[in-house]
Amino acid sequence: MTGNELLAVAGVTKAYPGVVANSDVSFQIAEGEIHALLGENGAGKSTLVKMIYGLVKPDAGTMRFRGQAYAPTEPRQARATGVAMVFQHFSLFEALNVAENVALGMENPPPMRELSSRIKAVSQEYGLPLDPGRMVGDLSAGERQRVEIIRCLLQDPKLLIMDEPTSVLTPQEVEILFKTLRKLASEGTAILYISHKLEEIRTLCDEATILRRGKVVATCTPRDRTAREMAELMVGATLTPPARNTKAKGAVALQVAELSVASPIPFGTSLKRVSFSVARGEVLGIAGVAGNGQDELLLALSGEVRTARDTVKIDGAGMGDKGPNDRRAAGLVSAPEERLGHAAAPDMSLVENALLSGAVRQGLIRNGFIDWAKTAAFAAGIVKDFDVRTPGTHVAARALSGGNLQKFVVGRELSQAPTVIVVNQPTWGVDAAAAAAIRQAILDRAADGAAVVVISQDLDELLEIADNFAALNEGRLTIPRPVQGLTIDEIGLMMGGAHGIEVAHHEA
Amino acid sequence: MDIGGINPAILIASLMVASVPIMLAAIGELVVEKAGVLNLGVEGMMIIGAICGFVVAVHSGSAVLGFVGGALGGAVLSLVFGLLTQFMLTNQVATGLALTLFGQGLSSMIGQGYNGIKPPATEPLNLGPLADIPVIGTILFRHDWMVYGSILIIAAVWVVLKYTRTGLILRAVGESHDAAHALGYKVVRIRLLAIMFGGAMAGLGGAYVSLVRVPQWTDGITAGAGWIALAIVVFASWRPWRVLIGAYLFGGITVLQLNLQAAGAAIPVEYLSMSPYLITILVLVIMSSGRGKAALNAPAALGQNFHASR
Repeated sequence: MTGNELLAVAGVTKAYPGVVANSDVSFQIAEGEIHALLGENGAGKSTLVKMIYGLVKPDAGTMRFRGQAYAPTEPRQARATGVAMVFQHFSLFEALNVAENVALGMENPPPMRELSSRIKAVSQEYGLPLDPGRMVGDLSAGERQRVEIIRCLLQDPKLLIMDEPTSVLTPQEVEILFKTLRKLASEGTAILYISHKLEEIRTLCDEATILRRGKVVATCTPRDRTAREMAELMVGATLTPPARNTKAKGAVALQVAELSVASPIPFGTSLKRVSFSVARGEVLGIAGVAGNGQDELLLALSGEVRTARDTVKIDGAGMGDKGPNDRRAAGLVSAPEERLGHAAAPDMSLVENALLSGAVRQGLIRNGFIDWAKTAAFAAGIVKDFDVRTPGTHVAARALSGGNLQKFVVGRELSQAPTVIVVNQPTWGVDAAAAAAIRQAILDRAADGAAVVVISQDLDELLEIADNFAALNEGRLTIPRPVQGLTIDEIGLMMGGAHGIEVAHHEA
Repeated sequence: MDIGGINPAILIASLMVASVPIMLAAIGELVVEKAGVLNLGVEGMMIIGAICGFVVAVHSGSAVLGFVGGALGGAVLSLVFGLLTQFMLTNQVATGLALTLFGQGLSSMIGQGYNGIKPPATEPLNLGPLADIPVIGTILFRHDWMVYGSILIIAAVWVVLKYTRTGLILRAVGESHDAAHALGYKVVRIRLLAIMFGGAMAGLGGAYVSLVRVPQWTDGITAGAGWIALAIVVFASWRPWRVLIGAYLFGGITVLQLNLQAAGAAIPVEYLSMSPYLITILVLVIMSSGRGKAALNAPAALGQNFHASR
């Protein structure tokens, strides 16, 4: 399946002020090989592929492409050589249509009419149907990714770089993507695949290079390793999976009945007759592709959006018409997905941020005056208990790295001895070690008798910590089912499956 | 066929002339905003264009050279804005406002000693028999070359934005500078060029005021035309041909107001003088309050500074 050497990277080093992003990195990719690049956040994966794509210039080291010296100074040059890249974010223009987006990523695009017919032809060939005239802003996440892939395919690349392509896809869509990628590989295209989803890498990739703190720490054949082994190579430490709560469940603490909410978010998804209940000690995992009502559900549960009184009951008392502070007083805490600007005020210190959500339950305000000493102690406690790496509690929330701030905002809620916990994407953008710590903390609270709702797009996370599993699809919630015995296929169907996708049917 | 002492043909003809400066400034600003930059210094660039054009025309004796000088003056001043916002990442709103204040002061200083001088004249084109057609000839065929030139510029901007790769890249930069950068386009360079085009157009519009409309030099000669141009861009919801309509509408109000004054209408002069500005405010309020199509058509990255991190 794999052939001659296509790209060889030798001794590449790149340093930014204060941090070495890549240090003496070397690896090779053969023609037709699917090569995984693994590593935690900040391990230097993105910097490395940006150097291969010509967006960043290495400080030292050399690259060879098909035996020739290769040192692209700009993406244009990389594309001309045969390197194409599908980005994780930031490369589509919402107000332009599909054909215009494709044209912008090409060196010498043909006239629009011809380009449109070529887009149609290639999208049919690879089973990724797309209408060239549609605005990208109207497309779903999966369809947007097709635009990016087709933009690359039209340039007939020798090497295709994919940066975390599956983070927004349903399992069925992932399967179709993998079929397309395998087909490309069988036609001789090499694929450099970045992901932190280890099971995916085990099914898809031929070889893997593992980066830690900018250095290559290992290379391996993913099929021959377990996901656990690869994760430990990434982190450089032994990982212990979260210990599950095996105690019996208690009384129902959160009951949601026939909750319908019009979305307050522009282009948001309205909730339609959502019903579920969570008992003390139970973790309910809610999955779904982004934009299917997750944000709205969090708003309705936290009290930022109010509804009829009996749609949301905490410990049997109707709280649907109450605001966030009343619900906090009743025992419900929540942590939204957006860390900066929603969970935390970016320019305020950690102490001030601790006050903002902890005031009610921690008694930080007396007679209208803030008890700063108590607040500072509360903040310092969160920093200590949740291992938040910060110079002190006086620094602004903005100054913390994403993972550390996430530990702080989740820790802040969990530290309030809640009876109901609602979190959206608790480990989004957090590295493996911190994610494991956050998951363990959530499970510990459940063991202490809290009812927990975890909304997440990370299926592995939900399967790891949830007792029951439900999925949001266009604002509707499926009936929760026990995680035990649930198959990936069933999960995919619950999430709504693959919309309008067919399997590649082209014969090479 | 006068109506209330006003001849409609002459009124339309004069509104076409009156709208040239705001039309030029607005089409320039449209290109700047399509690239994602909000330059509120249009008034400052116009008035610098007015004095530069005036000085060059007086000393060279050529009105054409005067227009070139006006465009250059506006472009150079816009470059100050460009360097500050694109390289030093200053706030675009504050920098734009400062640019207007700076332009007004600088033009006043350069203009000392030019009061009361007459610039070389810009004659209407001789279009022969066309000009003698009744009514239509008066309206359409007795103008100077800048009137036709400004409409050609609108057409050219429309073609470039809609049909060329250059226009596509410009719009892409204004939609998402991060995406454009990731694809390898030079965001800062493209924006600087757009800013300079905007400056040149504003300067050209300013020169038209001091060389044709007034034609002499007095302090503050552009009298708020730059602000109207900014309003027209929003009013036009960033579409070139609507800039033409907007400019005629706003230019028309100005001319009508002067004509009504001359005809001795019973409305106090002050109300008429403030009407273009009142309508400007109204248009801005209506456009920015509604979540209508107009608001959605704004370039997504408008007013955001770009810095290539990572």
